[in-house]
Amino acid sequence: MKARVQVTLKRGVLDTQGVAIRNALKNLGFDGVDEVRAGKLIELDLEEKDPAAARRSVEAMCKKLLVNDVIETYSIDLAG
Amino acid sequence: MQSAVIVFPGSNCDRDVARALEQASGKAPLMVWHKDADFPKVDLIVLPGGFSYGDYLRCGAMAAHSPAMRETVRRAEAGVPVLGICNGFQILTETGLLPGALMRNKSLKFVCRDVWLRVENSQSLFTAGYEEGQRIRIPIAHHDGCYVIDEVGRKRLEDSDSIAFRYCEADGSVTPESNPNGSLSNIAGVFNATKSVLGLMPHPERLSDPALGGTDGRAFFDGLVGALQ
Repeated sequence: MKARVQVTLKRGVLDTQGVAIRNALKNLGFDGVDEVRAGKLIELDLEEKDPAAARRSVEAMCKKLLVNDVIETYSIDLAG
Repeated sequence: MQSAVIVFPGSNCDRDVARALEQASGKAPLMVWHKDADFPKVDLIVLPGGFSYGDYLRCGAMAAHSPAMRETVRRAEAGVPVLGICNGFQILTETGLLPGALMRNKSLKFVCRDVWLRVENSQSLFTAGYEEGQRIRIPIAHHDGCYVIDEVGRKRLEDSDSIAFRYCEADGSVTPESNPNGSLSNIAGVFNATKSVLGLMPHPERLSDPALGGTDGRAFFDGLVGALQ
C-alpha cells in the first residue's frame, strides 16, 4: 500500500519560501494571492497491506524522522 | 583533555575544529566515523560544521540518528560535554539535546561573512575564555541558521541563562540590522539546561589562528580546554 505524507510548517512559523513564492507570483502579475505555504511531499511504498497497521507505522516514521514537530506538522493519506 | 570529533559524510569543518582543539590542548582529537558507536571514553564530543547527509530531509535530521550520534546522546545525558558548531548545532536540535530548531535564513540566501557576537553567559565550560558582555568577531557560513523556538521555550532559555551568544553590532548593541539570518532574539548559540551542551551557528575555529585573519575564536578553545583540564 502507498502512503503520502504531507509536511508543512506549523501555523505561526514564518514560511520564508512561501513569502518568496508569493512575491514572485505577484511580480508575474498573479495578484490576489494572500498567502503561500510551501511544504514537502514524501511518498512511501509499503509492504504492509492493513491500513490501520500502515498508518501506525507511518505515524511512527513521522515522529522519529520525517517530521520535526518543533516547526512542522503533517498529514497522512493512504491508498491501496 | 581528550576530545573526539564525529565525522559524518558531508562534514567539512572536522579538520578545522580538530586543529583548533589540538592547538588549545596539545592533543589531537579522536576522529570518529559516524558509523562507529563504540568509540573510547572522551572528555568532550564535538560535532563539526558541514552538510551531513547532503542536508537531505532537514539539516541534521539524518545525522541525528547515526550510530555515533545515538552514543553521543547517551553520553550527553550522562553529563559528557558536547559541542555542536553550525551543522553540529542543527544536529543537536534534531536529537532534542538542545531546544528549538534551525530554519532557512530569512533572506533565503547563504550568508558567509564575519559577524559580531555578544557573549551572554560566560559561566560555562564553553564560554569560560570570555567575559560576559564581551564582543567577539566570528565567521558564519550557513543557509539554515534562523533559530526558532516557541514563546514558552524562549522564556525558559532566558530564565535559565541558556542563551550563550547573540548577534550584535560592533558596539555590542543587539539590533535587527545585526541579525544575519532572522534568528529569534538574535540568538546565535544556546546551552542545554545544565550548560554541558552548546550549539552555535558561528565558527570559532575559523578565527583561531593569526594566519586565518583573526584570533577571537582562540579563547573559545583555550577556555574550554582550561575548564576541562
